Amino acid sequence: MELRVRALESILSEKGYFDPAALDAIVQAYETRIGPHNGARVVAKAWSDPAFRQALLDDATKAVGTLGHVSRVGDHLVAVENTPDRHNMVVCTLCSCYPWEMLGLPPVWYKAAPYRSRAVKDPRGVLADFGVSLPKETEIRVWDSTAETRFLVLPMRPSGTEGWSEDQLADLVTRDSMIGTGLPKTPGAPS
Amino acid sequence: MNGVHDMGGMDGFGKVEPEPNEPMFHEEWESRVLAMVRAMGAAGAFNIDASRFYRESLPPHVYLSSSYYKKWLLGLEDLLLAKGYIGKEDVAAGHAVIPAKPLKRGPFAVADVERVMARGKFGRTAPAAAKFKAGDRVRAKNIHPATHTRLPRYVRGHVGVVERDHGCHVYPDTVANDAGENPQWLYTVVFDGRELWGPDADPTIKVSIDAFEPYLEPA
Repeated sequence: MELRVRALESILSEKGYFDPAALDAIVQAYETRIGPHNGARVVAKAWSDPAFRQALLDDATKAVGTLGHVSRVGDHLVAVENTPDRHNMVVCTLCSCYPWEMLGLPPVWYKAAPYRSRAVKDPRGVLADFGVSLPKETEIRVWDSTAETRFLVLPMRPSGTEGWSEDQLADLVTRDSMIGTGLPKTPGAPS
Repeated sequence: MNGVHDMGGMDGFGKVEPEPNEPMFHEEWESRVLAMVRAMGAAGAFNIDASRFYRESLPPHVYLSSSYYKKWLLGLEDLLLAKGYIGKEDVAAGHAVIPAKPLKRGPFAVADVERVMARGKFGRTAPAAAKFKAGDRVRAKNIHPATHTRLPRYVRGHVGVVERDHGCHVYPDTVANDAGENPQWLYTVVFDGRELWGPDADPTIKVSIDAFEPYLEPA
């Protein structure tokens, strides 16, 4: 694969389609600027600030845009809130749509057949693969990302975090809790 | 197209296996493939739906047995060949041997990198009033286009409820084939798990898709 990729890159750069240094810059930007830390800041803010939480649920692109640290948030970001009665989970059955600017590049499992095939039919079984078990009466809402909308799950704030700062709260927010295949860490649990 | 990429509801793929401390890339070449796709797309060689369509069009056995970034590479090669940005002669030689084809937005330079770090804009001015509103019961049409579509098979023919209206968006089914943006209203439509998977399905499951208006009819 490596040789084949290198050959294609040679062909394209020799034709003048791109400067290879621009490819380096793209990779570097992905490696350093995007990642679940962005989403975790947003969730922690929503847990701490009721007005921001409401703004996030009303229009996540606009709300995240006001935070500054995620300046390049895309259009049509939708935040969906977990409650005691409803758990949200996000999938892209057709390819790999994922809120890159909030969570970084998607993990392999998110893009692979087991998750894409089962998430919409057997979400509780998928959650079990992640070690997550929810009450049997909880509604499980699966969002299939079939268009250019992108979904961010707003998990429930763990109990025992009263008075915590946004920085402390952000440390509890895992990537999977924002996809809906996990729950936030609980205070005092080993990380 | 009714391809193997349309996986929702298929059985037999096994357990989801998360990898602890997964790296962003497993091999360096994966990052080059990602960057080439982003750069060539931003330079105007193709749009995102065309790149999806070329991945979906890989032979089923290749699609299912290739890693994610291998699919990206194979799709990119096919797309660039089909659109004339590279030729078979180039691929055979491993170097550029035939003349370049001009790119719509010119060569991709370091100064253009910021542009690819933001998602594209897909919202468009509405050419007509929306046919549906939140609360309407709709049926996903039983249609089977042979080309790119974002209507997954598992909802076709089933009845759901419109929950949200996302405004008017670029229509993947036409833009993927260079047949224009043809903006269409986009709705979140929610289906009951039992409507999709039968009376034995878990009654607590609800599944939504984002459906373009031409995918829907009143129910």
